[in-house]
Amino acid sequence: MKPASFDFLCPETTEEALAALAEGGGEARVIAGGQSLVPMLNMRLARPALLVDIMRLEALRRIETSGDEIVVGAGVRQAELEAWPTLLRDLPLLAAAFPCLGHVQTRARGTVCGSIAHADPSAELPLSLVTLGGAVSLRNRKQKRRVKADDFFVGMMATDLAEGEMIEAVHFPKARHGSGYAFREVGRRHGDFAIVACAAVADDRGLRLGIAGVDDRPRVFPLPALDDDQFDDTINDIAWSLNARDDIHASARYRRELVRSLGRETLKEASRCRA
Amino acid sequence: MPRMNAARKHPVDFTLNGRTVRAEAENRMLLSDLLRHEIGLTGTHVGCEHGVCGACTVQIDGRPARACLTLAQQVRGGDVRTVEALSRDPAELSPLQAAFRRHHGLQCGFCTPGILMSLDVLLRERPDAGREDIREHLSGHLCRCTGYATIVEAALAAAEEQRKEEKPNV
Amino acid sequence: MTRLETTGGLIGRTVERVEDAGLLTGRGRYIDDLPVRRDTAHLAILRSPHGHAGISAINTHAARALPGVIAVMTGADVARLTRSMTVGVKANVECWPIARDRVRYVGEPVALVVAENRYVAEDALDLIEVDYETLAAVIDPEKALAADAPVLHPSLGTNLINERAFRYGDPEKAFAAAAHRVSIRIAYPRNSCTPIETYGVIAEYDPGEDAYDVTANFQGPFSIHAVISRALNVPGNRMRLRTPPDSGGSFGIKQGVFPYVILAAVAARVSARPVKWIEDRLEHLTASVSATNRVTTLEAAVTADGRITALSWDQLEDCGAHLRAPEPATLYRMHGNMTGAYAIENVAIRNRVVLTNKTPTGLNRGFGGPQIYFALERLVHKIGDELLLDPLDVIRRNLVPADAFPYRTATGGLLDSGDYRAALDRATTEGRLDALRRQRDAARAQGRLYGIGYAAVVEPSVSNMGYITTVLTPEERAKAGPKNGAQAVATVAIDPLGSVTVKVASVPQGQGHRTVLAQVVAERLGLAMDKVRVNTELDTERDAWSIASGNYASRFAPAVAGAAALAADRIRARLATIAARQLNVTPDRVDFRAGTLLDRDNPDNAVSFGRVAAASHWAPGTLPEGTDQTIRETVFWTPDELQAPTAADGINSSLCHGFIFDFCGVEIDRKTGQVRIDRYVTMHDCGRILHPGMVDGQVRGGFAQAVGAALYEEYAYGGDGSFLTGTLADYLIPTVMETPEPLILHYETPSPFTPLGAKGVGEGNCMSTPVCIANAVADALGVEDIRLPLSPSRVSEWLYGEERPPSKPLDQTPVATGASGERMLTGSGSAEVTATRESVWAMLLDPNTLKAIIPGAHEVRKVSDTHFRAEVTLGIGPVKGRYRADIRLSDMVEPETVTLSGGTEGALGSGRGTGRVTLTETTTGTRIDYRYEAAIGGKVASVGGRLLDGAARVVIGQFFQALARHAGGGAPPSAAAGFIQRLLHLFGRHR
Ligand SMILES: Cc1cc2nc3c(=O)[nH]c(=O)nc-3n(C[C@@H](O)[C@H](O)[C@H](O)COP(=O)(O)OP(=O)(O)OC[C@H]3O[C@@H](n4cnc5c(N)ncnc54)[C@H](O)[C@@H]3O)c2cc1C
Ligand code: FES
Ligand code: FES
Repeated sequence: MKPASFDFLCPETTEEALAALAEGGGEARVIAGGQSLVPMLNMRLARPALLVDIMRLEALRRIETSGDEIVVGAGVRQAELEAWPTLLRDLPLLAAAFPCLGHVQTRARGTVCGSIAHADPSAELPLSLVTLGGAVSLRNRKQKRRVKADDFFVGMMATDLAEGEMIEAVHFPKARHGSGYAFREVGRRHGDFAIVACAAVADDRGLRLGIAGVDDRPRVFPLPALDDDQFDDTINDIAWSLNARDDIHASARYRRELVRSLGRETLKEASRCRA
Repeated sequence: MPRMNAARKHPVDFTLNGRTVRAEAENRMLLSDLLRHEIGLTGTHVGCEHGVCGACTVQIDGRPARACLTLAQQVRGGDVRTVEALSRDPAELSPLQAAFRRHHGLQCGFCTPGILMSLDVLLRERPDAGREDIREHLSGHLCRCTGYATIVEAALAAAEEQRKEEKPNV
Repeated sequence: MTRLETTGGLIGRTVERVEDAGLLTGRGRYIDDLPVRRDTAHLAILRSPHGHAGISAINTHAARALPGVIAVMTGADVARLTRSMTVGVKANVECWPIARDRVRYVGEPVALVVAENRYVAEDALDLIEVDYETLAAVIDPEKALAADAPVLHPSLGTNLINERAFRYGDPEKAFAAAAHRVSIRIAYPRNSCTPIETYGVIAEYDPGEDAYDVTANFQGPFSIHAVISRALNVPGNRMRLRTPPDSGGSFGIKQGVFPYVILAAVAARVSARPVKWIEDRLEHLTASVSATNRVTTLEAAVTADGRITALSWDQLEDCGAHLRAPEPATLYRMHGNMTGAYAIENVAIRNRVVLTNKTPTGLNRGFGGPQIYFALERLVHKIGDELLLDPLDVIRRNLVPADAFPYRTATGGLLDSGDYRAALDRATTEGRLDALRRQRDAARAQGRLYGIGYAAVVEPSVSNMGYITTVLTPEERAKAGPKNGAQAVATVAIDPLGSVTVKVASVPQGQGHRTVLAQVVAERLGLAMDKVRVNTELDTERDAWSIASGNYASRFAPAVAGAAALAADRIRARLATIAARQLNVTPDRVDFRAGTLLDRDNPDNAVSFGRVAAASHWAPGTLPEGTDQTIRETVFWTPDELQAPTAADGINSSLCHGFIFDFCGVEIDRKTGQVRIDRYVTMHDCGRILHPGMVDGQVRGGFAQAVGAALYEEYAYGGDGSFLTGTLADYLIPTVMETPEPLILHYETPSPFTPLGAKGVGEGNCMSTPVCIANAVADALGVEDIRLPLSPSRVSEWLYGEERPPSKPLDQTPVATGASGERMLTGSGSAEVTATRESVWAMLLDPNTLKAIIPGAHEVRKVSDTHFRAEVTLGIGPVKGRYRADIRLSDMVEPETVTLSGGTEGALGSGRGTGRVTLTETTTGTRIDYRYEAAIGGKVASVGGRLLDGAARVVIGQFFQALARHAGGGAPPSAAAGFIQRLLHLFGRHR
């Protein structure tokens, strides 16, 4: 279990990083916290020709408030955002999600944007980003673009990121006064990837439920009020629509049941927080 | 920094247990292998090489982190602490280590260095850490021998002792 | 046996461990920490991605050519220098540590690479090409017995490698007379107490002496030393086996390192350099060793009031792909106590051992106990249910009564001591069972799912080396000669300055042997503990040892510590004689206290221990007539109670029998199916307790592993033999969050058969806890057929009723994934193209078109009209791999239908599939209908659970897509960019 060999670049500027990525094409990869990439290197599931370490780029190491968004740069570690003083006020959903995301020891290294880029279908941060209706800033040597979270995740570990591009930052909409947020998940053990994770928002636009761990990417759905006659049917149809699969940890049926029960509870909690 | 060729070894300068060291490593070398086999500090153990067991946990820039998920090149210029640095005098145990011995917080000892490195950060940063904080930090470690209870007790005792030392008159 | 009276106050105290200072400061010396010769090279092992396949060719050229590679070996190379490993039953099979012409489990070694370092060695593994002819695999032990089952070992002609029937008392009569017959059927799963440190071996070969020198973190039993020597074709004195000072846990598992001792030894010989191999975690989970899985049908004859008068066991033991020494020991280790803690006089047993396409089995904490007690204690609960009795009453009614000890069981065991009822009563009182029952009632009144379970268990320890011969018929045994006993070895030595060293042949794996031995010997010699130093490294060339040596079957406290006490006492007696002369008293008046030897009646008349002890070195001439030296004393101790099996197959399989009574309360979450252990009480009678802290440590550790076995851990296989739990994110070891704290209680009845009165304690909870939890879950849910592990998803099957259907039919049927956990992909679809059937047909057979439509294809070669070979690179995100694909066409009806079958092989794994393509003429062109079935194996399947599930599922999807493409099928409906789209592009029409 040792990585195959690769070239390594530790650029001093973002431009230098992007030039290397452009040149390397499909064989070049960004390494951020390494908490997902290095296991794959060790198992030789991944064999990039070049790794570009972006963790020394000061420009990417910032958490900023910009209008009604919190912008998290690609060099920001999960532990740094978790410890950000106004997290609970501005991003209560993330404050609730972080304790479920791996362990203290992996959050110390793993980055927020790395988790978004990795796009694991059970991951908490992609789910939170999609549920909040956030966006991703992408950049290559020539241009920058901004993609809505829902469009960014296209499948199992598959994103809209193109060759030569990197995530520069992600944008989380700031919590609005009078809105409620909740996050819940069921996993096998503490710190494991979720079997099903739910994120809920209750605001003046109604209820929204984000679901991870079932479909091949995080999905978000509007829902009628909990006491609405349509509620049960709607969440049931959502559960069925997610292409749940069996694996060694849980059956498809189990996942659908969790979508129904955990989904309801998470929405309930979000509504309660709103009140 | 120019692009570093895969086929060669490259220098890695960093601070290890308070001293500056220079080692040589291929790009692909893991920090765990660098520490153990190039530098010869074998106190950091390897149990899975995919981030789950926690045996390889060291402190990087003051935070507990998996040495098996860190490339040696990623700690260039950084600060790494391993279990070998926990007690100033090898004949003497730190309060945390002594608590482990007193409470039988270890059996085979293979998981222990990693656990100590995590708890050391916790107790330093959060002197008021209670049972739940300790369990939370421990949950990133697997121990196959002890069933964990004595580890939790040892950590609680060390935290308590540390609090007493800091406020001797209270 | 004379009981040793102990007085010094060290034994029985929870002293701090002498091991800990080093371990806590990073100065442990585990195998991978040991200094090695500078020219040491590193071994890596290529392993089978298939559960069952023939090996038609292995190409190692590229691997050999890689700079830094020293040697590459295949099974044939190893076979030239070794012999098959000994198999423990009479059967026409061989057992090699590496595959020769056939692989029989995922992870089986196929080739060895020795290189300058592990990184380069793994680079070379990637360059080895193996051609496999996949064979049907058999995973289920019952299916392996079917007449048409694939046979693993053609020489054997069947998968049933051993069968024996036993009869004790008169079971037929008891069943005929019984008021009730109650039976239960159990399928106990595979799991492992997997330690955090993996296997490690450092091997050297001396061609001048034709001798091997190997250091391995082996744990014994050293009977395996004979297997290794024989396999390496050298006498035992040319096979030096050493163990490192520290070991990162074993729990039986490290016994299984021995095939790798053989491989590393041969690799060192071929490479002409020392060779080091450290197993990685994927290798360990996939292919180290596992406990057996077992299918058991157990029936009891029961009187109207719940007395069990007979048991009938039918056990089908699955030992995996090879019967590796000491198997089938798992099946026979408990043979003397098949009646558990109960007095049952009539027993019938049928034992069958079957081979399947799984990792070979071996020692694992509890060794045979979990499998037995799961059936027995589930049955006892079921008797309670069927007879409307409290299960606790059924247990109590059947326990061996206190006045019956030592009690001879029906199958020949001799239960040494105990008062089971008193221990049980104390447990229910001190553990507050009544409060727990009230809690259950209250919870149930609120509609919650709450249950209570019990388990009463006899924990055997100190194995009789002869028990395994019970697998032979009495006639075969008579021919082979008797085997029995359990030699324990200890040496006490005193150096010229009078300090004491203890050596034992035990190989601790974290159990604090050095501390306990220092306690025992210091107490016997009246010294402070730190005056005694203990060495537990074992070197077969220099140390005293025997086949029973090693650290297993919980033999340390009862046997090894006892032997050390005996050795210390022999020296003590001589020292007393020597001191008596110096003190001018009779030897019986000499007392040993605080480092001095003194006249009991006149403590001022004293001489220092060192002075007396040193006399043998400095002035042997001064020793009293007839008094032997005090320099070194080695004691071999074997108990008389451990005799060979009788002609009637009676066997006292173990010397000591501890007693455990557990009960617990669990609550099950109705919505999530999660089982929460609310309260767990475990009562132990392990005889005399030498170190309370360590005894409780053993109990807690075993308990945590048992919680894992009950709720989380399983070595899971797909139906095609693929291994599905290759990472610690798939094989789920409980963390602190999942491990409750049990209440531990003790009841001490010293064993009359061991020097210190101690019994083993390390394994009991691995036997009692899984079934105790299962019984509680059965009680909570009112269900019978409990299968471990009790994952929430599995539990939820009992909770959820009929599933609410979607309000409108789904527009696509969910992808079928086979039985839970099987990586089977099936699907079908169709597409319309404008081309004629003939041109589509021609295209399917044209390598150039194939190359264009297969994504990532570098090359497609036509081997014959119906056979193609391709090189492809597949991947998504960071996960990429290169594969070789082999495609064959059959059932061809031009231009209508064709079946494409094929396989892909690559470093990441393999895929196999078949697709049926049908071409139908339409008004505008052709409709292509396809249907496929594909299975995925190898690394991606093993690591594809949670940690890398995303990655693996993508690769699987890619595999499948590629297969489907190769198979002329197409992408699944959701993957738009597949074969069909490309076809459509080629034909210039878009829908
Ligand atoms: C034991 C363990 C448990 C875990 N549990 C969870 C869990 O419960 N939930 C969870 O969500 N995650 C979990 N993770 C994974 C999480 O810790 C990772 O940190 C995270 O998924 C990736 O972040 P990273 O910075 O480490 O990225 P890396 O590992 O460095 O990179 C991951 C991928 O993203 C790409 N990438 C990274 N940054 C960028 C960028 N700026 N632009 C473009 N591409 C980029 C890389 O090329 C790579 O393909 C766990 C990991 C471990 C080891
Ligand atoms: S070795 Fe690093 S976490 Fe297991
Ligand atoms: S003490 Fe052995 S693994 Fe923790």
